[in-house]
Amino acid sequence: MSDAPTTTAVGTGTTVPSPPDRRTRKKLVQVTGAVGPLGIGVATLWLSIIVVLPLAALTVASFGDGIGGFVDAVTSPVALASLRVTIMVSVVVAVINVVMGTLIAWVLVRDEFPGKRIVNALIDLPFALPTIVASIVLLALYGPESPIHIYLNATQPGLIVALAFVTLPFVVRSVQPVLIEVDREVEEAAASLGADNVTIFRRVVLPTLMPAIISGAGLAFARAIGEYGSVVLIGGNIPRETQMASQYIQQQIEIDRPAAAAAVSVALLAIAFVTLFVLRLLASRGQRREEQAE
Amino acid sequence: MKRRSRSLLTALVTLGAVALTACSGGASDTVGSDAVGADGSAGTINLFAYAVPKPGYDKLMPAFNATEEGKNVAFQPSYGASGDQSRKVKDGAEADFVNFSVEPDVTRLVDAGLVDKTWNQDAYNGIPFGSVVTIVVREGNPKNIRDWDDLLRPDVEVVTPNPFSSGSAKWNLLAPYAAKSNGGQDPNAGLAYITSLVNDHVRIQPKSGREASEAFLQGTGDVLLSYENEALFMESNGDPVEHVTPPTTFKIENPVAVLSNSKHLDKANAFKDFLYTPEGQKLWAEAGFRPVDPAVATEFADKFPQPAKLWTIADLGGWSKVDPELFAKDTGSIAVIYDNATR
Repeated sequence: MSDAPTTTAVGTGTTVPSPPDRRTRKKLVQVTGAVGPLGIGVATLWLSIIVVLPLAALTVASFGDGIGGFVDAVTSPVALASLRVTIMVSVVVAVINVVMGTLIAWVLVRDEFPGKRIVNALIDLPFALPTIVASIVLLALYGPESPIHIYLNATQPGLIVALAFVTLPFVVRSVQPVLIEVDREVEEAAASLGADNVTIFRRVVLPTLMPAIISGAGLAFARAIGEYGSVVLIGGNIPRETQMASQYIQQQIEIDRPAAAAAVSVALLAIAFVTLFVLRLLASRGQRREEQAE
Repeated sequence: MKRRSRSLLTALVTLGAVALTACSGGASDTVGSDAVGADGSAGTINLFAYAVPKPGYDKLMPAFNATEEGKNVAFQPSYGASGDQSRKVKDGAEADFVNFSVEPDVTRLVDAGLVDKTWNQDAYNGIPFGSVVTIVVREGNPKNIRDWDDLLRPDVEVVTPNPFSSGSAKWNLLAPYAAKSNGGQDPNAGLAYITSLVNDHVRIQPKSGREASEAFLQGTGDVLLSYENEALFMESNGDPVEHVTPPTTFKIENPVAVLSNSKHLDKANAFKDFLYTPEGQKLWAEAGFRPVDPAVATEFADKFPQPAKLWTIADLGGWSKVDPELFAKDTGSIAVIYDNATR
């Protein structure tokens, strides 16, 4: 990609570098790792085509019945109830992920046990499975014909189990690399100064992991509020009780109300975006504090 | 060595991925979208139908292939909620033959110029089979449901699909409406019943008759309103349900039509005609649908008992009157009741 002129000293026999050569070297020294205007252009174009344009189209569609129609669609009791159920369940799922995901990452990094590599590979399975498969599996296990007599279909715990299944990898995978990088010496120093394990974890390890945990939880939450396939069979789709926003949107499309469907979609997207944005801010603040502490 | 095992692994993973995608079948909202029947050398009929008659078509498609006309004709069936399917075809899904639950779903295609205006001007008005609205209950009828009034008891939860996407739902609501309003003479009495039913007894909104059955079989509700053929189908599957046909109920008439822009017009028409032959009618009856051919109907009289009073859509003034009055979005009286209850 370099557009520096390549000069070759011809026939002089001297090894004295010619001025252009020196310029080239200088240029090479100045490499910053930035890709320049072309790279920025390509990235922006791609993001526009893949993300921004469709979102803009969706927003336009959501005002298909005018601003009044948009407000009506988003504030209708069942739509609000579905948003409420979605957010509540997703928060619970994110919290579960924070605790269990960190624990699993901890075990995978710090402990040795037979079959560890298999477990490590299993973590990613929920990403690879079509979510509807998760729904079928969970229905078989917790549905009306449950072999273990736990009946969760058409209940909110059923939703939570389904969403916990598909969001499992987020926290684990964001905490793991940080935990691998953590400097053990600090912990050893703390231990030699008489800190017990809980204190070490709380005062030394957790602050380091916090940004990773938060961003993982944010991704899990954002994924959970948009999830459809995994809850479609086990959730029961009961309005005001277990109907998730994604199912409400699907229902609006089925009954030929595309503008209402788009309006609720926009509300859902706004919630997801704000969540991710706030978590980004929190995480980067945590990062800065870390750097200052060092 | 290492290199070889890696490529082997890649091959295996690829194979797995291919297998997974192959298993995933068609679109998530249609059932069984793989071609069936013969090799298709004589053409393929794209069949768009509502969700419930699948057991009937599973019998009729191979029988059609066995006839002279239907030799080597393949089928590409798609089943879903009636209104949903009709809108898909109107929006450009490629179809040759359609079968919807209610006439307005065909009318939508006539208005779009996809189906000929004369589609229902044959001996049976474009309706090769029908059914009646029935009440499905749990095995042994624990809540002792006998008639429409029993559904309004405080401890009864009713499962019926959403009338905005499902044709079955329209029939299910028309049955008590006609019974209570004495065939539309007293619409307020009919609407009062529907209001109470929808507000206090209907909790979920499945999109099609088939989805409503699935929800009921999974344990939701005490009562399922459904087509008699769907009830018979569940019973023949050994599901723990039984059906009670109330003394006054409603005649269901499910229309079929051939699209005028069909690429295989003659084959699609031949298939449509086959549905009316004595052989086709027998197969419908065996699948639990009431045949329209009088001779076949007499043959199956004990399978399909006649209710004391059977209202028809014609008694209420036909679909062209009923649909705008009761089901039109935002204005129809039943649509408004549904909107208020489910918004």
